[in-house]
Amino acid sequence: MDMKTIYAALNEVFRDVFDDDSIVVGPKTTANDIEDWDSLEHITLISAVEKRFKMKFKMGEISSMKNVGEMAQIIASRVK
Amino acid sequence: MKELEYPFDAEYIIKKRKSLRRSLLSKEGPRLKKRIAVLGGSTTNDIVVYLELFLLDQGIEPVFYQSEYGQYWQDAMFPGEELSSFAPDLVFIHTSNRNITAYPSVSSTPEEAQQLLEAEYSRFEQMWQKIAETYHCPIIQNNFELPFYRLMGNRDCYDHRGRTHFVTSLNERFYAYAREHEGFYINDLQFISSSYGLKAWSDPSYWNMYKYAMCVEAIPEFSFNLASIIKSLFGKNKKALALDLDNTLWGGVVGDDGVDGIQIGQETGVAQSYYEFQSYLKELKNLGVILTVCSKNDHENAIAGLQHPEGVLRPEDFIIIKANWENKDRNIVQTAAELNILPDAIVFADDNPAEREIVRAQVPGVAVPLMDSVEHYIIHLDRSGFFEVTNFSADDLKRNDMYKANAQRAAQQASFADYTDYLLSLDMKAVIDDFLPVYLQRITQLTNKSNQFNVTTRRYTTAEMEAVAASDDYIRLYGKLVDKFGDNGIVSVVIGHKNGTVLEMDLWLMSCRVLKRDMELAMLDTLVEKSRQQGIQTIRGYYYPTAKNHMVHDLYGRFGFAKVQEEEDGSTVWELSTEGYEAQNHVIAVSGNSEIG
Repeated sequence: MDMKTIYAALNEVFRDVFDDDSIVVGPKTTANDIEDWDSLEHITLISAVEKRFKMKFKMGEISSMKNVGEMAQIIASRVK
Repeated sequence: MKELEYPFDAEYIIKKRKSLRRSLLSKEGPRLKKRIAVLGGSTTNDIVVYLELFLLDQGIEPVFYQSEYGQYWQDAMFPGEELSSFAPDLVFIHTSNRNITAYPSVSSTPEEAQQLLEAEYSRFEQMWQKIAETYHCPIIQNNFELPFYRLMGNRDCYDHRGRTHFVTSLNERFYAYAREHEGFYINDLQFISSSYGLKAWSDPSYWNMYKYAMCVEAIPEFSFNLASIIKSLFGKNKKALALDLDNTLWGGVVGDDGVDGIQIGQETGVAQSYYEFQSYLKELKNLGVILTVCSKNDHENAIAGLQHPEGVLRPEDFIIIKANWENKDRNIVQTAAELNILPDAIVFADDNPAEREIVRAQVPGVAVPLMDSVEHYIIHLDRSGFFEVTNFSADDLKRNDMYKANAQRAAQQASFADYTDYLLSLDMKAVIDDFLPVYLQRITQLTNKSNQFNVTTRRYTTAEMEAVAASDDYIRLYGKLVDKFGDNGIVSVVIGHKNGTVLEMDLWLMSCRVLKRDMELAMLDTLVEKSRQQGIQTIRGYYYPTAKNHMVHDLYGRFGFAKVQEEEDGSTVWELSTEGYEAQNHVIAVSGNSEIG
C-alpha cells in the first residue's frame, strides 16, 4: 500500500472519529492540531485505524508515536 | 436505529459514535431522563459513551456521573458533594476481576482461601448496603469475568487456591445477594466476556495502557448488555412477539408444500432448527411474552401448519392469529389495538426482508430484528434483550392466560345488546384497599410500565414505593379484579398525599387489559370513602399529557371532578368535593384486604 493511499484512508478515519469533515491530516499532524484529540479519543482512534488497515499496533508503538507521519510509517511497514 | 440493533457492527459504532449521537439527539419525541451514577474500578468513559447511544435509541436520555478512575468503593462509602447532590436514579458498579484485592496463593489452606473470599465479598456487600440506604435506587453490579490465565491449568477451576475457582465462588456469593435483595441486579459480565471470547476480551494491553477492563472493541457489546437491564428497569421492555409462519416457524411454504411438506421436527437438520426455535418461543410464552401470528396465508393453512404433529407450538399458544392477505403493517397495528398495547411494545419476526422493511417504515417503534437464517433466530431474538427479565412477578407467568380470557370476553360481549348487562354477566369481583407488602413489587412494576391509562406517568423505584407504603401521609389503593373468565391480578394503583383537608393525587393508573369494565369507578368509590374517613374534603387530580396518555385526558372530568386550571401544555388540575359524592360503580362487587387469605 503506497503512502498516498494510506493518508487518504487515515484522513477518512480521522474525520469519522472526530466527526469533523474539515480535517486534513499530514505527516506532521499531532494531537495539538485537532481539538478533540485527547487521551480518551486516542484510544478510539487507534482502534478505528487498526480496523481500517486490518493490523495491530504494538503496545510500545502506541505510546511513542509522535505524529501522524510515524503512524503512517508503521502502517506502511506492516500492511502489504 | 438499525445501526444500534443486535447484531450490530461494533467497529462501525466505534468509528461513528459522534455522528450516531448527533442523529439520535436530533430525533423528535419524548425521552425519559434518567440520572445514572457509574462507579468504576476501571476506565468508564467509553462504557458511558456507548451506553448513552443504546439508551437514547430506547427513548431514555441518561445523565451520567462518573467516579474518578478506580474510586468506586471510596465514592460509594464516602460520597463527595458532586455525587451526593447528583441524586441518581440508578447506580452502576463497574468492577472486574482486575479489582479483586487479594487472591489465594499456592500456599493458602482452604480456610485461608475462605477467609479471603469473605473479606472480598464483605467489601462489596458493605458498599451495596450503603448505596441502597443512601440513594434508595436500583443497583446494577457486574459479576466477574474469568481470569485470562490459569496458573494450575485445568485444576484452577476447582482447587481452593485457583483464581478461576475464587472468582467463580465470589460470583456465587453475589448471586445469593441478588436473589435476596429487590432492586439489586447483576450485569452478567462473565457471560458476555465468554460469549465475546475471553482471550480477545481480556487482552492485557488494554488494562496496562488505558486501564480498561476489556478490549476497546468489546465495549459496545458490554454496554448493549447493560442497556438491556436499564431499559427493562425503566419500563421499556417489549410485551408481544408477532411471528410470521412460512420460513419463520417452519421451513417451506405451507400453502404450496402442504402440511406434510413443511420442515419441522426431527427429520432433517433444518427441521430440527425450526423445532428448536419453536421450543424457545414456547418457553418465552411461558415466561409471559404474548405470542401472535402475522402471516400472509389462508387462515386454514396457517392453523394446519401450527397443528403439524412434529411442531412444538399449537394454535392455542397464540393470543391472536392474523393469517390473511392484508398488508403486515396493518395487521401489526390491529394486533396492538386488539391487545390494548402500543405498537412499540411489539417485536415483529419475519424471515422476509421486504416485509420487515415495510413494518419498520410504516409502524414506528416496532422492533424488527434481523431474521436472516433459522440457525440465527434464537440468538438474534435472545441477545436483543427485548424481554429482559428484571422483576419477575407471578402475574408475568399468568399474562398469556389473561389475554386469552380477554379474547373470550370479547366474544361474549358480542352476544349482549346492553353493555351493562354484559358487564354484569362477567360476575366481577374486586379487592380494593391499602397496599399489602406482598403486592409492592407488582405495584411498583405497574408504575414503571403503564403509559396509556396513567394521568401523571410518575415512575417509582422499589425504595420509593416502600417509603410511600410506610407513610401515614398517603392514601394508597391497589385494585385487583377477578371475573368468571379468570383473575386479572392487580390492575390499578392510586396514590394521593394529604395536604390538610385536600388529597393531592400523585398517581392514577390502570392496566389497559381492564378498560371499559368500570374498574376505575370502583377505585374512585373506595378512594372517596377512605378520604372521608380521614377527614379529606377535597380530592385534587392532575393530568400531565404525554405522547401516550391521551385516553385519560378527561378521566377526572368523567369522574365528575371540576376543572380548576389548565396550562398551555395541556396539563389540567381538577377538584372533587367528597361531600355528597355518590357511588358510581354498580357492576363490580368490591371487598377489602380483610376478606382475602
